[in-house]
Amino acid sequence: MATTVARAPAVARDHALALLREMLRIRRFEEKAAELYSDGKIRGFLHLYIGEEAIAVGALQALSADDAIVATYREHGHALARGIPAGAIMAEMYGKANGCSRGRGGSMHLFDVSRRFYGGYAIVGGGLPIAVGLALADKLQGRARVTACFFGDGAVAEGEFHESLNLAALWKLPVLFLCENNRYAMGTALERHQSQPDVHLKAESYRMPAEQVDGMDVLAVEEATRRAAEAVRRGDGPRFLELLTYRFRAHSMYDPELYRTKEEVAHWTERDPIALFETRLRGWDLLRDADLAALERDVDTEIAAAVADADRGPWEPVADLLKDVQ
Amino acid sequence: MKATYREAVRSALRDALLSDPRVFLMGEDVGRYGGAYACSHGLLEEFGPDRIRDTPLSESAFLGAGIGAALGGMRPIVEVMTVNFSLLCLDQVVNNAATLRHMSGGQLSVPLVVRMATGAGRQLAAQHSHSLEGWYAHIPGIKALAPATADDARGMLLAALREPGPVFIFEHAALYPVEGELDPAAGAADITHAAVRRPGTQVSVIAYGGSVSKALDAAQQLAGLGIDAEVIDLRSLRPLDDATILASVRRTRRAVVVDEAWRSGSLAGEVSARIMEGAFYDLDAPVARVCSAEVPIPYAKHLEDAALPQVAGIVRAVQDLVGSPRG
Repeated sequence: MATTVARAPAVARDHALALLREMLRIRRFEEKAAELYSDGKIRGFLHLYIGEEAIAVGALQALSADDAIVATYREHGHALARGIPAGAIMAEMYGKANGCSRGRGGSMHLFDVSRRFYGGYAIVGGGLPIAVGLALADKLQGRARVTACFFGDGAVAEGEFHESLNLAALWKLPVLFLCENNRYAMGTALERHQSQPDVHLKAESYRMPAEQVDGMDVLAVEEATRRAAEAVRRGDGPRFLELLTYRFRAHSMYDPELYRTKEEVAHWTERDPIALFETRLRGWDLLRDADLAALERDVDTEIAAAVADADRGPWEPVADLLKDVQ
Repeated sequence: MKATYREAVRSALRDALLSDPRVFLMGEDVGRYGGAYACSHGLLEEFGPDRIRDTPLSESAFLGAGIGAALGGMRPIVEVMTVNFSLLCLDQVVNNAATLRHMSGGQLSVPLVVRMATGAGRQLAAQHSHSLEGWYAHIPGIKALAPATADDARGMLLAALREPGPVFIFEHAALYPVEGELDPAAGAADITHAAVRRPGTQVSVIAYGGSVSKALDAAQQLAGLGIDAEVIDLRSLRPLDDATILASVRRTRRAVVVDEAWRSGSLAGEVSARIMEGAFYDLDAPVARVCSAEVPIPYAKHLEDAALPQVAGIVRAVQDLVGSPRG
């Protein structure tokens, strides 16, 4: 993808700084989560979003508060970008009762119905049918809302992916499918799990308009999402975006990364979405050192407060173990 | 009035669709075809394709879409053609429908009703004849019901629609043409209690779904042999009504559990264990079980008959029990 430096800024300064701030929030939150995992405060699986921040930030900027979000087990970034308080997310990862799922879900299962965040789904492909159903409910009730469904390239090999795309297209449902193609299904490279690695072509075979987007470019993601969401909201049926990205960290904290080379990782980290965006903003003279320092300071304060919320939070009483089962 | 089990299901579907605009039915061939078992015959014409929604053969997607639509404020009824096909959507059932409320800290609830046919007896061989409802009864977060009568086929569906969580209804396919008493004006049935279908004093025969009528026929024959059998219809497979089961067994002091599923790891095993845990010192004999033979259900009529619980087998099991050393 050619990078051209436009002379005139493609974005207003306030908005640019807001996008940068959101990406920094996710990056620093994830770095802190990794540290807390090493400290034993966070347990279970922890899947970091570092490297992919431009997607959650760009996409969620382009959606409305009453649109629904369905995400995967790598969803801290989406939850933060949706506005779920960092403290409620961190507390969830600690397993505390002030967590956004009362400590029952952990890192992989963040929920906040008040923000129409319908959860992290940890069975690959399992969220797609749920998104189809949320959209069906909107269509049947005559509501012009979008259900945005995030999933990875690994999900594309699952039957639920194909069943869901077919159903959404057949019934012209208001779903926006957002494939975060980070080139790996856990440790299996895209070329080793897909006969057709151009994922967006699969959507087109369901007669669903699809587009491939540079997922490292927050403005490109935002713009493509806005266009696609508008079409979905208009009632044109589902849309599909394939967002090309890369996971900088291991799949989870257990992953020794035997399946990829340091050179490959280094190649992709040169396209770090945050660094790329900073460079562009400086080129447009929209970002100065003092701005960045102020953003970093604010983010550090927010994350320190989130960790304090998690540390201070209560454990759910064992007496409540069976609550909310049926 | 007299009505078939199929007509009872249809009358409940129709009443639910008439009384609540959030209710819709979706599944394979529920619309133009009228339902694989004709339970929704005529409903497409009356309610239109939005509410009587034919689906592609995508069990996972349409079951999951039912969950999503329930989250989105609808009251979906999903028909899965048979329990055997429901294996294709088990991910959505076990990992999503059953977990979402608890895993979200109580934020979500999934008011979804899923109906499916179960059971053998029609020479459909090993991919259309199994009784897997016991697997569903294993899962916390869902309710599992097995109507054995026309009244229950109607009343349980209406009751399921009033539940805040997912309810699975297992309709025994051999029952659809069977006539029974039906009150067409009856509302939701009680779905928390097992029913004593025939009172008796010497043995409790505990059955559900398609086995209830066999248990009643066996009790009739046993009466002629001088044995007074009580027949319990479990009705709800999850949760189980321990109180009714144990009260019956404490009175009769003997129990035979009839289950069309395989014995190993079966619901019959669960009922038996609960009797042992709750009424061991009231028993005059070990609990007996009459289950299907441990084979994929075969096609040939004589082999299929031999594989399934039959009236003669239930009679024999009761006779063995009543004639046991402490009897």
